[in-house]
Amino acid sequence: MRLHGTGLTLSYDKRVVATDLDVTIPDGSFTVIIGPNACGKSTTLRALARMLKPRAGAVHLDGAVITSLPSKEVARRLGLLPQSSIVPDGITVADLVGRGRYPHQRMMRQWSREDEVAVASAMDATDVSDLADRCVDELSGGQRQRVWLAMALAQETPILLLDEPTTFLDIAHQIEVLDLCADLHEQGRTLVAVLHDLNQACRYATHLIVMRDGRIVAEGAPATIVTAALVREVFDLRCEIIEDPQSGTPLIVPETRRRARTPA
Amino acid sequence: MTVLRLRDWSLRLSPRGLAVGAAITALGVALSLVALSTGEFTVPVPDIVAALFGDGPPAAELIVSRLRAPRVVTGLLVGAAFGLSGAIFQSLTRNPLGSPDFIGFTAGASTGGIAAVILGGSAWQISGASLAGCVACALLVYALAFRRGVQGYRLILVGIGVNALLVSADWYMLTRANINDAATAGSWITGSLSGRGWDHAIPVAVALAVLLPLCAWLSRPLRMMEMGDDAAKAVGIHVEPVRAAAIAVGVLLCGVATAAAGPVIFVAMAAPQLARRLARSPGVTLTASALTGAVLLVGADLAAQRVFAPIQLPVGIMTAAIGGTYLVFLLRRERR
Repeated sequence: MRLHGTGLTLSYDKRVVATDLDVTIPDGSFTVIIGPNACGKSTTLRALARMLKPRAGAVHLDGAVITSLPSKEVARRLGLLPQSSIVPDGITVADLVGRGRYPHQRMMRQWSREDEVAVASAMDATDVSDLADRCVDELSGGQRQRVWLAMALAQETPILLLDEPTTFLDIAHQIEVLDLCADLHEQGRTLVAVLHDLNQACRYATHLIVMRDGRIVAEGAPATIVTAALVREVFDLRCEIIEDPQSGTPLIVPETRRRARTPA
Repeated sequence: MTVLRLRDWSLRLSPRGLAVGAAITALGVALSLVALSTGEFTVPVPDIVAALFGDGPPAAELIVSRLRAPRVVTGLLVGAAFGLSGAIFQSLTRNPLGSPDFIGFTAGASTGGIAAVILGGSAWQISGASLAGCVACALLVYALAFRRGVQGYRLILVGIGVNALLVSADWYMLTRANINDAATAGSWITGSLSGRGWDHAIPVAVALAVLLPLCAWLSRPLRMMEMGDDAAKAVGIHVEPVRAAAIAVGVLLCGVATAAAGPVIFVAMAAPQLARRLARSPGVTLTASALTGAVLLVGADLAAQRVFAPIQLPVGIMTAAIGGTYLVFLLRRERR
């Protein structure tokens, strides 16, 4: 496995989010981490992306402790789409996407032919080529997220981590971004995403990691692990599981309050 | 964007950025020539050139090489240092208000300078004290704002607090000082280039020679950090060390500039904003900010000497007037 963490204790200052956590990302998978608020899913992703230094344990990339590798070298193998980034004033789409090439550049090699090709194909894959000369400030939320994704793609990393890539998007744009992720996965990348929506996670993930209170409660293919009992254990939600008529994956249908009130 | 390539090397240049840089440089040269040539005695331009190479008429040589040139050179260097310092801090804090003249660093320099004036320090001691005041104040602000790294917003708020404290300390010293010291200190804190000699210009030149390469090295990671710490770390930047280095460079630039010319306000704030709007570049650009700062300060000094002649104003009054007016004009035009 190229990316895994062992014995991780993760904390922000004094607040410990997870202790002795082992997490493994299967190569070539589209892994989705899911769980209730404050379960540590984003924290775990941030640790895998070396944004957060574990207090104990270590994250390994290709057999080496990730922090022992040169940072730019890591950035050529593992990319991250952060939960929120700041759009520099007045930057164009092409410029922003080009910034993803940073780990491939040096002071005297600022814009190679490979950079040009990578940026063009990243914009092509995310369908933002037509917006190349537009200012990012003027774009809609969905377009903007595609541009950030294009920047991460331009980095040309075999592993790509996405921290809640669908937050702040309406449903149509959420599906658009997830379909795009599925395409990227099919082209051979390993993807790891934190998502909120359990049904979307079931539909797109090839490997699901379900967390609660800083522990992994279950992991595996959605169809084999997602049950009503699991959802109740993890989310405290009574539900019924049916087959998604579109994808055949598990579909969670929460029980209504009225039915929950009727005596058993 | 134009790309220059040679074997494995490539440089990326914006045509507009280059044109604007050239135009600002030309304006700087023109203003410098006017400043060297005009005044109480007019020196024709050919004599200026001859004097600078040491074979002009003796009178021209005295006026140009001894009196006017050091003042112009000090102005250019100090303006460039302020422009760079402002650009670095505005980039770090992602906020135009994050300039050293707003977050207390210039105030620290003032406090040091005033204290030295009142204690009867020599010109060198005043410069040294203002540099020390600037560095001490920066360390204080950095330490107070530090919490799991330094966030721009906290840095600005802490800086504004420290700034207010230091300004009140300045006024306390000014009201307690005897009338002569208070007058000297009062003219010093406005910022002035009058009477500046080569001994003022050389320390700034040395500091710039050391710090400019560092600025060039910092400019690319700083640009990435404007998108947020996570985005910068994701592409392989060591965010905290880069930030600490950038703060150190920015503080030193601001400190040596203040030591040479006093705490001239507004250049550090306005130059990067003017440069960015002229070059239409995303984010803060260091080179254009340095050039704009140099031109702004020399232009303001020229205006301070000539507009109300024979009354000579301290340059600090003019930087705010000229820089402020032009910035408001640009902002108005942008809104349409």
